[in-house]
Amino acid sequence: MNLEKRRIILRLLKEKTTRRWMSTFTFLVCILFLLIFLSLLVESTLLLSKYSLKELLFSSKWNPEKYSFGFLPAIIGTIYVTILSMVLATPIAVLSAIYISEFASSQKRILISSFIDILAGIPSVVFGVCALLVLVPLVSNYIGPLIGVETTGMCIFTASLVLSVMVLPVIISLSTESLKSLPVELREASLSLGATKWETIKKVLLKGAAPGIFSAILLGFGRAFGETMAVAMVIGGKNQIPSSPFSAGQTLPSLIVSSFGEMMSIPIEQSALAFAALQLFFVVTIFNFLARWIKIKLKKRWGV
Amino acid sequence: MKLRKLEELFFKILIRASVLLVIFPLLSIISIVLLKGGKVLISDPKILITTPGPKYLLGGKGGFVHAILGSLYLVIPATLIASVIGLGIAVFLQPDYSTPKISELIRMILDILWGIPSIVYGVFVLTILIFIQGKGCLFAGIPALTLLELPIITRYIDEALIAVPVELKNATYSIGANKFETLLMVSKYALSGIVAGILIGMGRGIGDAASIIFTSGTSNTIPKGLFDSVTALPIIIFQQASSCYPSVREHAYAAAFILVVIVGILNLTSRFLTKHFSKYIPKGK
Repeated sequence: MNLEKRRIILRLLKEKTTRRWMSTFTFLVCILFLLIFLSLLVESTLLLSKYSLKELLFSSKWNPEKYSFGFLPAIIGTIYVTILSMVLATPIAVLSAIYISEFASSQKRILISSFIDILAGIPSVVFGVCALLVLVPLVSNYIGPLIGVETTGMCIFTASLVLSVMVLPVIISLSTESLKSLPVELREASLSLGATKWETIKKVLLKGAAPGIFSAILLGFGRAFGETMAVAMVIGGKNQIPSSPFSAGQTLPSLIVSSFGEMMSIPIEQSALAFAALQLFFVVTIFNFLARWIKIKLKKRWGV
Repeated sequence: MKLRKLEELFFKILIRASVLLVIFPLLSIISIVLLKGGKVLISDPKILITTPGPKYLLGGKGGFVHAILGSLYLVIPATLIASVIGLGIAVFLQPDYSTPKISELIRMILDILWGIPSIVYGVFVLTILIFIQGKGCLFAGIPALTLLELPIITRYIDEALIAVPVELKNATYSIGANKFETLLMVSKYALSGIVAGILIGMGRGIGDAASIIFTSGTSNTIPKGLFDSVTALPIIIFQQASSCYPSVREHAYAAAFILVVIVGILNLTSRFLTKHFSKYIPKGK
């Protein structure tokens, strides 16, 4: 009898401790989110107290030795690279998603999907190495002269090309998922009315899957926005407002990486880089919210 | 009528062309890395087991065994910690433990954390490191990687646990099991998903440089203790590839080869284990 009792107590104890363990960790991860935000904010207060926000965001002079911290070149570079890569990647990704969900036989579907999984798993430095050692000479020796511009190959365009390949798996897999989740009846109804396959895709399926595809594109945007190593390797790292896609530039993440060497010593530079990280954190969080919001809104509107 | 057919044909071709455009870069990246890296490794396999000489990155002699070991030292503990914490959180997100509203909120936070660029984690850990006046070491690199892997692993385990049928849980509850015992029972059902999630997280961790480039320090030696500075494969690839010495750049291919092989092995292991553990899932489900 005593043994039985002890067993029950042990069981309850296990239940209680595991429960506490789980809730503590969950609580910690919520705190973590705030902690990252706050620590970056605190770290950048030094910079924010000396310069106005307007000065920091809209001045184009970045010269830490002379204590001028203008983030405008990096911000414009980031937007430039991100938008260019999304423009290159989105149509290809959405069309591929259509192929995988609507045209491919199940064998081909598995093959291509595992291909895309592999692509998603390749580390960004490997993209960087290939881009730096193959794509950069290609751009400077062939593509640049072909268009008639002189370029070293370390430029916005190369960075965008690499990024567009890197965001492909994100957009493709999420878009495929939302296309696949549409009921077969939708396709059958459209086809039975005499629509061709492409018309069905264009007028019915893309509309039905739009919430998922939009949020996939926004998530890809976030990924491209924060990508660091591959971009830092091929963008050229010049703090200037890029005049064309073939001139060197800088993005916020590559700015952080390339300033690393000198940053440990001077507090205000640490603060400047924490501020750059804070901007990244802020924008990515907003994009994530936006992706969610659009998904919910569109779902309500089209009732899928 | 003709126009409709033409449009159909045009887009069918366009769709297939875009698939080729997706596959082409993948194949070219893998073949570049495997061919060039393989060539370097075959001509000089000793770089895999030698430590770098004094001026390694300036065209000096030596290999990068310290980076291979450093990567393992960083990523294995990080994955273990992230798995333990992630498992706890993922279980807590299930309806057995929390209300739908709370789990929805936490899932949202996890998704946002997933999307945060790894460089932000790097700067975050560095900020704390400066605050406590420490310097880059293994002990600081591990948490940075853990932070990066945590949301990924947690969300994968979460999805795996969601897929467990309610009937299974109800069956264990009905014979008097408490929540923890039910969890142990149903975790077998989700095992394939859990393992896949952990290995995917590990793959992300081993390939990431931005989170540890500030926090692990850069060293030329194999770390001896927890507070030694350490370098990882992605970091050394970054440094090698940016070097202006052709011989060092060649080594970048070799290091990339090793990294791709490691990621590939993780991928294959995950596939194999997923298949192996799927025996716990009844057929027809």
